Amino acid sequence: MTIRSSAPSNYQQRVLGDRVMRALTLVATLIALIPLILIIGNTTILGASALSIDFFTKTYEPPAIAGFDPAADLSDLGLGIPDLTDGSFTDPLSSTNGLPDLSGVAGGPAIDNLEDKGAGFAEATTSGGVSHAIAGTLLVTGLALLLSLPIGILAAIFLAEYPGNPVATLVRFATDVLSGTPSIIAGTVAYIVIVLNFRQFSGVAGAIALMFLMVPTITRTTEEVLRLVPETTREAALALGAPMWYSTFTVVVPTAITGIVTGVLLAFARGAGETAPLILTVLGNNEFTTNLLGPIQALPLITYRYTESPYPGENLQAWGSAFILMMLVLTMNILVRFGTRNRLKGR
Amino acid sequence: MAPATSTGETFSERFARQTQHGDSIFRGVTLVFALAVIGLVATIGFVVINGSALAREQFGLGFLFDSIWNPTATDTSPAVFGAWPAIRGTLLSSAIALLLAAPIAVGIGIYLAELCPVSLRTPLSFLVELLAAIPSVIYGTWGVLVFVPFFVTYIATPLADTIGQAIPWLAGPVSTGRGIMAAGCVLAIMILPTIAAITRDVLSLVPNTQREVLLALGATRWEVIAKSVVPYARAGIIGGIMLGLGRALGETMAATMLIGNSQQINQSLFEPGTTAASLVANELPNVQSPIHESALITVAMVLFLITLVLNLGARLIIWNMNRGPANARR
Repeated sequence: MTIRSSAPSNYQQRVLGDRVMRALTLVATLIALIPLILIIGNTTILGASALSIDFFTKTYEPPAIAGFDPAADLSDLGLGIPDLTDGSFTDPLSSTNGLPDLSGVAGGPAIDNLEDKGAGFAEATTSGGVSHAIAGTLLVTGLALLLSLPIGILAAIFLAEYPGNPVATLVRFATDVLSGTPSIIAGTVAYIVIVLNFRQFSGVAGAIALMFLMVPTITRTTEEVLRLVPETTREAALALGAPMWYSTFTVVVPTAITGIVTGVLLAFARGAGETAPLILTVLGNNEFTTNLLGPIQALPLITYRYTESPYPGENLQAWGSAFILMMLVLTMNILVRFGTRNRLKGR
Repeated sequence: MAPATSTGETFSERFARQTQHGDSIFRGVTLVFALAVIGLVATIGFVVINGSALAREQFGLGFLFDSIWNPTATDTSPAVFGAWPAIRGTLLSSAIALLLAAPIAVGIGIYLAELCPVSLRTPLSFLVELLAAIPSVIYGTWGVLVFVPFFVTYIATPLADTIGQAIPWLAGPVSTGRGIMAAGCVLAIMILPTIAAITRDVLSLVPNTQREVLLALGATRWEVIAKSVVPYARAGIIGGIMLGLGRALGETMAATMLIGNSQQINQSLFEPGTTAASLVANELPNVQSPIHESALITVAMVLFLITLVLNLGARLIIWNMNRGPANARR
């Protein structure tokens, strides 16, 4: 029996539709790649041109404007030199509605007055570097990592080794909540709890804010890799008479160590790039310091502040520090990619 | 038998027996750290609820819809706090981001999962994942120094001069270009990788039988995708879009740098506005009064609640999707 449709064939039409829609998904991919490649390309080209020995070794230096003598001109305006050299001019927080007690650290009222003076912003040369920000980022993120590691890894061990526990469900729920929490909320909490209580912006407050964001990354990746360890491996250790903790720390964790390191590296990269919590906690500092109990500078903060700067020289430094941050994140991710690939090959 | 031997046992033996050779200690210690994760969430909840109590008592629910935000009290104008400019800016910029990003991102996900040549799939997927990892401040820097000048010259000004004459939402003047529209565009670029990666993941979970059935009926590749694969993964794709929306709503740096930070409500999308996150970032370190601080914490609380609901909803959907409908086995 043959069935023959009386309707005319729509085959050509369907093939056309197929081609058009498949082409559209390709076009969508290409459209999306344009800005993304531009971002990476701009940051790489402009950022690399900002790099120099000074960039890595010097700290903040005020831009030098030809024909502008800060000492004389600012005293005309009733502003002392400390206000100028101590703060970044461009802090939008304090230029909108700054508190007097912050002006020594975070900037001053200088920006409008400088513009009134007609100083040559475009010709200003910037000679400083960002060594203080690199040190600050490493210190603050490093401390945050030290705080998050025990919580993240031990919580993940609990989740992986006692999966049926009702607490485990609640902990997984909490990890999901934390990983979706906007970074500004972590900053707000650290600001209220630490900064307000100790009346001091500090690197420690920044590290605690970052901890809220790093713990879920570490917990989740660690739990995932611990669950990949075959149950038979655990049973083999238990059968030899090892207690559970001994089997966990000498058999299960070493088996999964590559994956755990992966999660830790990703958490570090995420923490190093976070800006919003740092605005509320570490504030920024133009001096080189390793004192985590006071305001400290960080690369993402400097990227933010220098982007808003009217000086092209500082804009270029913003690209430079953005480039360092991006390289940090990309290197971590590529390391992780190679690390996990080898692990899977070994299986 | 334990009581019988207990008289002769040494301390270490008793310790081993009572703690199951250390296992109950192990369990206790890991449990404490697991509870610490819950403690972090509880801390956030406690701090924002506690800190916002003053403003919630004083303003009530009207706080959300009051459209004037003036933290500085002067002789002529008292300090007034209304969160509507921030909430409106957050919703508008995220909506623009979602409208621009979602269709493109789903297209990318479909391309990566279904149509892409195998040799390109891994590098393209890796690129998408890398882009999701780039810190938001870099998007902000790029937005301010590269995108906004381009946006003013080639997009905003032409739009405002033509259809902007008829539609007040797109009207000029385009001053610096920083505004809700510019922020929405950069947010769109930021959430593209998030949505695309999740779409690709859920599409690759669709069982092959779904594809083979339609192919056997003589369907074209696109018909397979549109009529079988995407409907099967629809819930997961929606979950991915919700996660992207959550990221756009809570994003602080790119929004702060691009939205212009004006507490006034301007009808045109080319004019400056503010978002909940950027309002908190800008004003919390410089609070004028306890009520100002409390109002800002209330804004943070609202933001936290919105993203909480969105993220949990999205996770629930994706989690259901991963189990597969009707216990389907691949």
